[in-house]
Amino acid sequence: MRVVEIPPSLDYRNVDDVFAEAAATAPEPVLFDARRLRWIDPNGMLSLLCAGQVAAAKGAVPRLSLPAGGDVVGYLDRMGFPGAAARIFHASPRRGGRAPSRESDVLLEITSIATNSDVHEVVDRVQSRAGAILSRTLHYPPAAVVQFSVILSEVCQNIVEHADGPGWVAAQRYNWTRRLGRQVLVIGVADVGRGFRDSLAEEHAERFGDRWGDVTALEAAFLMGLTRFPDTGRGQGIQQIRKQVARWQGLVSIRSGTARIADSPSWHPSPPVVEGLPRFPGAQINIVLPERIDG
Amino acid sequence: MAERLKSGRCGEGPTRPAAIDVAAIVTDTVASRGHNLVTRPTGRAVREAIEQRLTTTSPSPFVILLDFTRVRILDFSCADEVVAKLLLRYQDSDRPANVFFLFRAVGEMHRHAVEEVLDRHGLAAVCDVGGGFQLLGPATTEERRAWNTLERCERIGPRDLAGALGDLGEPLLRGLARRRLAYWSGNGEAAALSALARTP
Repeated sequence: MRVVEIPPSLDYRNVDDVFAEAAATAPEPVLFDARRLRWIDPNGMLSLLCAGQVAAAKGAVPRLSLPAGGDVVGYLDRMGFPGAAARIFHASPRRGGRAPSRESDVLLEITSIATNSDVHEVVDRVQSRAGAILSRTLHYPPAAVVQFSVILSEVCQNIVEHADGPGWVAAQRYNWTRRLGRQVLVIGVADVGRGFRDSLAEEHAERFGDRWGDVTALEAAFLMGLTRFPDTGRGQGIQQIRKQVARWQGLVSIRSGTARIADSPSWHPSPPVVEGLPRFPGAQINIVLPERIDG
Repeated sequence: MAERLKSGRCGEGPTRPAAIDVAAIVTDTVASRGHNLVTRPTGRAVREAIEQRLTTTSPSPFVILLDFTRVRILDFSCADEVVAKLLLRYQDSDRPANVFFLFRAVGEMHRHAVEEVLDRHGLAAVCDVGGGFQLLGPATTEERRAWNTLERCERIGPRDLAGALGDLGEPLLRGLARRRLAYWSGNGEAAALSALARTP
């Protein structure tokens, strides 16, 4: 059995290592060994699910080992991770997830998105919790819950309309005391669908010629608002997400294929485009919204 | 100052002002507990339901107020379908009914989405986002001035046109009427859509 070691801390900054291991999987049993895991964010959890699904698609039998105890176990339970993992990983223990209390840091447990009804369900469900976290914790104005819901709707629709396959969304509040000195809200969205390059290829690849690839496709969608639909009204979702996240001085990045593109705020300096990453089928969207500090 | 016309029909102007509660259509169309107008298929279904209601009314011109005030979340996909695509459909010369649209939305909660989709399609719309009707979407300075004057006067007759808007008043108001932002009657009268909607 092949073993993929999951690092003690897994978030949007190091998920590429897991993707690389998953992409290299052969049709054999593979164990994703997360027993040393101590900290994970929504992107880390969704990446584990994606990695398992990629391995399964390659004919492997993916298994997952989680830590036996510790804070991270309770957190994984609250986020509904064991239930989601049980649908992908062979013989994965399905522990009973606890419903988050009103004061929980969990905004949205891992939720499968496959249809537009799922998007409605997510938007309906987050209203009260989003209001509490955005206003009380992040100190955003009351109208922010509407703008946040719109963002959530648009990122989830991206899965339904462009991935041609199911995906997940999850959101959680964190106190980034050391990293930023502020509270943040992290939203992860991931699918193992066709990815941006394939989604846009039929409509746009020809005019980009030899330049067409993962980076060009991400730039076309992220910077130019192009979609696979020949309709002027399409392509607004990502553009509007970028605008709103920028107003809140947040971070938004999209990882697809071998590239990542991002709008990075001053508190998170990073290159706008990174290429040559391990191949990841589908797309992963990461949004980080920081606590508002006046002045 | 233009003469303020009395209420009543403006020539053979629009009749039967009516309002459509968009939230009620959302409830009929999808199982959204919170009157949330999200996802493109939902927007498309709601637009088609609105169009269905419009085809059952009179073939003569009329004003419809699309009321979004009970809608909580309006995302960009739905704003594109229910506002922009609806306006585009009824601007075409082969429009299924001679409808003029007014929109009532909820302040900043909806305004941004509506403005973005209007801008994307180069459309303008008459919308009450709290505090009265205003012209949203791209328009020239002259068009805005003419629209604001008409909105203030409610109706402008042919004798008052030059006084209210100068020599370019008629072409400006005709242009607004072509964009379905005002009503221009056969006898040279112009009427604000909001005034027509108030006509009993």
